[in-house]
Amino acid sequence: MESYICDIVVILAAIVIALRNLRKSYETAEGRLEVLRGINLDLGAGESVALIGESGSGKSTLLHLVACLDRPDSGEIVVGGRDISKLNDRERAAYRRAEVGLVFQQFNLIPSLDVAANLAFHAKLAGRHDSAWENELVERLEIGALLTRYPEQLSTGQQQRVAIGRTLAARPGLVLADEPTGNLDEANGDAVLELMLSLSKGTGSTLLLVTHSQRLADRLDRQVHLRSGKIE
Amino acid sequence: MSVRSIAIAFAVMTITSLSGNQAPSQGFGGLGSAAEGFSVPQPGLPFHFPFDHGAHPDFRIEWWYLTANLEAPDGTQYGAQWTLFRSALAPWENKGWSSPQLWMGHAAVTTSEDHFVAERISRGGVGQAGVVAEPFSAWIDDWQIQGNAVPGADQLANLNLTATAEEFGYELRLLATGPLVPQGDNGYSVKSAKGQASYYYSQPFYSVTGSLSLPTRNVEVTGKAWLDREWSSQPLAEDQTGWEWFSLHLDTGEKLMGFRLRDEGEGFTSATWITADGRPNPLPAGALRIVPVRTAKVAGRQIPVSWNVQIPSRGFDVTTQPLNDQAWMSTSIPYWEGPIAFEGSVSGRGYLEMTGY
Amino acid sequence: MMMWTAATALLSHWRRRPLQLGALLSGLALATALWSGVQAINAEARASYARAAAVLDQDELVNLVSPNGRSIPQAAFVRLRRAGWNVSPVLEGHYRFGATRLRMIGIEPLTMPVETNTVDLGNAGDLLSFISPPGTLVVSPGTAEKIRGQTDLALRVSDQMPDGVAFADIGLAQRLLKRDGELSRIVIAGDQRPGLEPLGMLVPELSVRETNAQSDVEHLTESFHLNLTAFGFLAFVVGLLIVYSTIGLAFEQRRPTFRTLRSLGVSLKVLAVLLIAELVLFALAAGAVGVAIGYLIASLLLPGVAATLEGLYGASVPGTLSLRPEWWVSGFAIAVAGTLVSSAQSLLRLMRVPLLAVAQPQTWGRSSEAGRRFQVLAAAALLSLSGALLLWADGLEAGFGVLGCLLLGASLLLPAVLSGFLTLMQRMSSGALVTWFWADARQQLPGLSFALMALLLALAANIGVGTMVESFRLTFVGWLDQRLAAELYVAARNGDEADRLRAWLATKVESVLPISSVDVEIRGQPMQVFGVVDDPTYREHWPLIVGIPDVWDRVASGEGVLVNEQLWRRERLRIGDKLDLASDWEATVVGVYSDYGNPKGQVMAAINALISHYPQVSRLRYGLRVQPDQVADLRSSLSDEFGLPPDNIVDQAALKEQSRRIFDRTFLVTGALNIFTLGVAALAMFSSLLTLSEMRLPQLAPVWAMGVTRRDLALLELLRTLVLWLATFAAALPLGLALAWVLLAVVNVEAFGWRLPMHIFPYEWVRLGLVALAAGVISVFIPLRRLAGLAPSELLKVLANER
Repeated sequence: MESYICDIVVILAAIVIALRNLRKSYETAEGRLEVLRGINLDLGAGESVALIGESGSGKSTLLHLVACLDRPDSGEIVVGGRDISKLNDRERAAYRRAEVGLVFQQFNLIPSLDVAANLAFHAKLAGRHDSAWENELVERLEIGALLTRYPEQLSTGQQQRVAIGRTLAARPGLVLADEPTGNLDEANGDAVLELMLSLSKGTGSTLLLVTHSQRLADRLDRQVHLRSGKIE
Repeated sequence: MSVRSIAIAFAVMTITSLSGNQAPSQGFGGLGSAAEGFSVPQPGLPFHFPFDHGAHPDFRIEWWYLTANLEAPDGTQYGAQWTLFRSALAPWENKGWSSPQLWMGHAAVTTSEDHFVAERISRGGVGQAGVVAEPFSAWIDDWQIQGNAVPGADQLANLNLTATAEEFGYELRLLATGPLVPQGDNGYSVKSAKGQASYYYSQPFYSVTGSLSLPTRNVEVTGKAWLDREWSSQPLAEDQTGWEWFSLHLDTGEKLMGFRLRDEGEGFTSATWITADGRPNPLPAGALRIVPVRTAKVAGRQIPVSWNVQIPSRGFDVTTQPLNDQAWMSTSIPYWEGPIAFEGSVSGRGYLEMTGY
Repeated sequence: MMMWTAATALLSHWRRRPLQLGALLSGLALATALWSGVQAINAEARASYARAAAVLDQDELVNLVSPNGRSIPQAAFVRLRRAGWNVSPVLEGHYRFGATRLRMIGIEPLTMPVETNTVDLGNAGDLLSFISPPGTLVVSPGTAEKIRGQTDLALRVSDQMPDGVAFADIGLAQRLLKRDGELSRIVIAGDQRPGLEPLGMLVPELSVRETNAQSDVEHLTESFHLNLTAFGFLAFVVGLLIVYSTIGLAFEQRRPTFRTLRSLGVSLKVLAVLLIAELVLFALAAGAVGVAIGYLIASLLLPGVAATLEGLYGASVPGTLSLRPEWWVSGFAIAVAGTLVSSAQSLLRLMRVPLLAVAQPQTWGRSSEAGRRFQVLAAAALLSLSGALLLWADGLEAGFGVLGCLLLGASLLLPAVLSGFLTLMQRMSSGALVTWFWADARQQLPGLSFALMALLLALAANIGVGTMVESFRLTFVGWLDQRLAAELYVAARNGDEADRLRAWLATKVESVLPISSVDVEIRGQPMQVFGVVDDPTYREHWPLIVGIPDVWDRVASGEGVLVNEQLWRRERLRIGDKLDLASDWEATVVGVYSDYGNPKGQVMAAINALISHYPQVSRLRYGLRVQPDQVADLRSSLSDEFGLPPDNIVDQAALKEQSRRIFDRTFLVTGALNIFTLGVAALAMFSSLLTLSEMRLPQLAPVWAMGVTRRDLALLELLRTLVLWLATFAAALPLGLALAWVLLAVVNVEAFGWRLPMHIFPYEWVRLGLVALAAGVISVFIPLRRLAGLAPSELLKVLANER
C-alpha cells in the first residue's frame, strides 16, 4: 500500500487536456453501438467546461475516458503532455489517484468509512493530505456535523457534499463530475454546484462537468454540446 | 425359535399313529417301515406289573391315555382327558439333556358348549416329565397322575389326576372297581392285516370323584374313567390314514373297546368285549362295524361326529352322539377327541377319538 | 394460470443466479447428507443391538438368577416346571474353538418362550438335530467362517445371530462348558397360568432380575452414538447456516419481483404459498441428493464404525448398511423442516414489511445494534450455563450439554469478538487504504458471520477432538508398554495341555504369569475378576493410579484386590472399601489401575484366592517372561517341541500392534466426520463470499475510481478473507482446547469411565491451520477471480446511469 504514495507525481497545477479523434463503441444486444464518433476537444488550464447533451449522447463515456476509467477504441487523450490512453493499468490507477478528482451522481462514498475518513481518503491516497485545507472544506461545505456519520446515514444532498469535499481535499489538477446534482432538487443542486465551482476555482483545477441541464451549463466558462457521439 | 416346529417335530415322532397321512412327512422317523434298533412287540409275552406301568424307552412311542365321562350333581355332562405321550429319538434313556426321550402332554375338558385344550412338551432325562412305575407317577410339568397304592398292590388302582392350564383345570380321584384288562391277544394288539402291533392294556373300571375348574365356574363331578396304556415302535401300516377309536361304558357294567384303522380298502377293525367283572373277550378282525350317521363342520373340515356301532355277533347295535360336536384337539397335530353317549341295543357313555381328518 | 406465471417469475431468479441456487441446494444437501448419514449409522447399529439383545438377552423377559452370580442347579428349573411355572433354562459361558473365543448360550428350545422369537432353528428335522447329540451350533456367517474346521459340531448359519456368539442346546453347552447340571439363569415366560405358587416359596435361593430397558451393549455404546449424533447435528447446523443466509438474500433480491407480482394482483397468501412451495420443492430435491450422499457416507463409514464398536465395546455391528424406509423419510423430513426453519425469518419479513419498502440486498444480513446486543447476551447466558453444568451437573448428557452450550455460546460471541478486533485494528491504522481494509472487513462481517461461525465450530471441533484423540493415543501407548510386560502370551487348548505346558515352561522362562479370569456380577454389573501371581512384573509395570504402599503384598496375601479405573469411578469406590466377589469372598480394595479400552469393570485378585472361590476358572492362558533375545527361540520351540499351534502364541509386539490398530480404527470415523464438517464450513464460506461478491461492486467501485487497480483490490479482498479466517482460527484454538478438556475430563469419564491427561499438540494445529487456510483460499478463489477479471464497464455501470 505504501507504493501508492511513491507512485504519486505531485501536480498541483491545473492541467491542459487535448482530445484527438476519440472513438468508443460498445457491444450491445442489438449490435455494435458507436458511442463516440471522433471527438476533438481542448480544455485550458483552470477552465470549467460543461459537457451537455441528450441522454445517450456519449457524455458519461467521454468523461470516463478522460478519467482513465475506460479506454478509447482509437484516438488520443493528452493530459499534461501525456497520452493517457496508452498507459497500463497501474499507471492509469496512479493517474486517477494523483491527478483526477471524480464526482458521480451516486455511490461516491465508501460505505464502510465514516464521513471524516471518506473526506480524507482520496487525499491520503494521493499523498496530499492537508488537514487545514480539509477543515476549510468541511466548513465551506457545512458538513462539520456529519463527520462521524456513515454514508448510509446521510441524505443524498449531504452525500454529494461529502463527495465534492473528498474530491477537492485531494486538490486534483482535473475535476470530473458526472451529473453530480442529478439526484438533488434544484435549490440544493444549485448550492452544491456553486460550492464546487468556487472551490475548484480556488484550487485552480480544470473542471469538466457532465450535465443535461442548460441552466447549470450556463454558469461554467464554456459549453460543449454533444450529439450522437459528436461535438456540435 | 419356532415353537410350532418343535411341536411338529415332536408330534411327527410321537403320534404318526394318531395322524396318519396328515403328518407332514409320513416316513419321518421311519415309523411306517423299520424299527431302527427299537424293540418290536412280540406276541405271547405277558405283562410285568408294576414294571410295565412305567416307560419303555426301547420302544419308539408310548402313551398313558386317560378319559373320563363326568356328571355334575345337576346332571350336566362333562368329559375330561389327560394324556402323556412319550417319543424316543433313540432306543435308550440316560440322565441329563442328552436323553433321547421326548414327552408331550395333552389335557382337555369338554362341556356341551366348550372344549378346552392344553398341551405341554418336555425333554426327558432331567425330570421335567416322566413316568415311574412304583409308586406310580406320570407327569409333565405340573400335570400329573399320582398313584396312591402301597407297594405290591395294583399301582393303578388308586390315582390322583391333575392338570391345570390357563383356562381350565381339574383334580380327579380315580378308584378302580375292576382289574386291569389286556387288549388284543393277551396284550398283543394287532393294528393291521400286515401284522403291525402294539402292547396294549387298559383299566376301564375307574369311578371318579373330583372337581373341574372352568373359566366361569368350578364344578364337583362324579363319573367313570378309562385308562389306556400302549407302546410300540411301528404301530401303523403305510397305507393307514387314521382311525376311529371307541371306549364305551355300557350301562350293564360291561365295557367295549373298538377301533377301526382306515386304509384305502375296508379298513382294519379290532374290538374287545369286556365283561362287567373284567374278563376280556377279544373279537376277531371284522367283528366290529361302524358307519357314520351325521357329520359336522369342525375346525373347517367335515367330520362324522355321530356313529352307528355294531357288533352283530353280540347283538350290539348303538348310535353314538357327542356331548359337543366341536371336541377338536387343536394341538400340534390336531384330532377329534370327546365324550359321547349312545343308545340302541344298550345305552351308556364313553369316549371317541378320531384322527386323520 | 396466474399462479403459473407468478411461479415462473419467481423461479426465473434462480436461472439468473445459478451459483446461488447451487449454494442453497448443496448446503441443504450436505447438511441432510451428514445428518442422515450419521442417523443411518446409528440406526444400523441400534438395530443390530436390538437384534443382539433380542437374541442374547431375551429382552422383555424376566430372569431368575443366583444373587451371588453363581450357577443355578438344574433341579431348580425342574422344581419350577413341576410347580407349573412356564420357565426355560439358560446356560452361558465362553468357549474357545481354536483361537476363537465364543460366547456360548445354551438354550432349551422346547420350553423357550414363544416371545423370545429369536433364532430360527429351522424345520422339525433341524430342531431334532439341534437337541440330539452330537448337536448343532447356531452362529452368524462371520463366526461360522472363523470356527469352521475347529469343531466337529454341525454349524447352522443364521443371519440373525450376532458375531462371536453361538447358540447351542443346553445339553451341549453343559457338556462343552463342563458344567453338567448347572444353569446361569432361568427365563420366565410372559404368560403364566393363574394360581401358581410364588417364586419366593419355590426357589428362595434365586432372585428375579428384571430386564434392563437397555442391553449392556446399548448402554455402553450410548456415548459413542451420542457423539456421532452430536457431530451430525453440528454439521447439520453448519449446513443450515448456509441455507439461512442464501434464502434470506434471495428473498431480499426478489423483493422487486414480489412488488411487481403484488401490484399485478397476486395476493400475499398466494405469494407466500408459492414461495413455500418453492422452498419445499428445493428441500425435497436437495433432500433426495442429501439422503443419497448420506447413504454413501454411511456405507463408507460403517465399516469403521463397526470396527470401533467392536474394538471399544465388543459390540457386533454388521459392516453393511440396509436401507430403512424410516431413515429415508426422516432424511426428507429434516431437509424440509430445516429449510422451513431457516427461511421462517425471511417469510415473516415478507408478510410484515410493507409492499413498497425499498429492497436492500446489500445490507441484508447486517444485524441491528439491538440484534447484536441480544446475540452477545445469549452467548453470555449459554457460556454461563455451560459453566454451571460443568460445576453442578452429572452424567453423560450433562457433559454433552457443557459441550453444546460452550460451542453455541462461543460461536454466537464470535461476530462481536471479531468486530471488536477489527475496530481495534482500524483505530490503530492511519493509512487510507489500511483503514479502509479493516473498516471494510468489519462491514463484511455480518454477511460472513454465519460462515465464520460455521468455520469456528468446525475448527474447534477439529482441534478439540484431535487433541482428545492424540492425548488418548499418547496415554494409551504408554499404558500399553506398561501393561503388556510379558514377552510372549500363550494359550493351551485344554486343561491337560495347560498342566503339561506349565511343567514344560518351568525351566525355560523367567516366570509364567497365568491369565485367568471369571465373569461375575458385582453390584449388579457384569465384570471380570482376574487372578494374578505375585511377580515382579506386576510390581514394576502394572499402571497403578492409586495404591496403598504395600499394595502388592496385600494383593498377594489374597485379602486385597485392585480395581480398574472404570469400576472405581462408576461405583465411587475408595481405598479400603469392601467388594463381594463371591458369596463367601469379601475383598478389600487396595489400589486402582488404568484399563483403557475396556468397557467393563475389572478386579484383580491373587490367583490362589480366585481359584479357591471359583474352582472352575479356566487356566489355559499364560504370559511368559523371557529375555527379549530368546523370544524367537522360545516361540519356535513352543510350536515345534511342545506342539502348541502357532495361533495360540502371540508375542508382545504383535499384541501391541493389534491394540494400536484397534485404537486407530476407533477414531477413524471421528476423523472423517471432522473433515466433512470442515468441508461444509468451507462451503458455507464459499457461498457467503460468492453472495457478498455480488454486493461488493458498489463498495469497490468508488475505491477503484479513486485509483486502486482491480488487481490490488482483489489482493486486498483475499487478504481480508484470510484475516477473517485467521482471526476465526485464533478464536477456535482456545475454544478447541476447552472442548478437548471437557471431552477428556468430563465426557470420557462419564462415557468410558476413565480420565486422561491432556496433552497439547501445536504441530497438529499448524497442520489444521494449513488445511483450513487451503480451504479458505479455495473458497475465496472463485469470487476473487470474478472480481479481478471484472470489466471496467461493470464497475462503471455502478457509477454512471448513462454511457
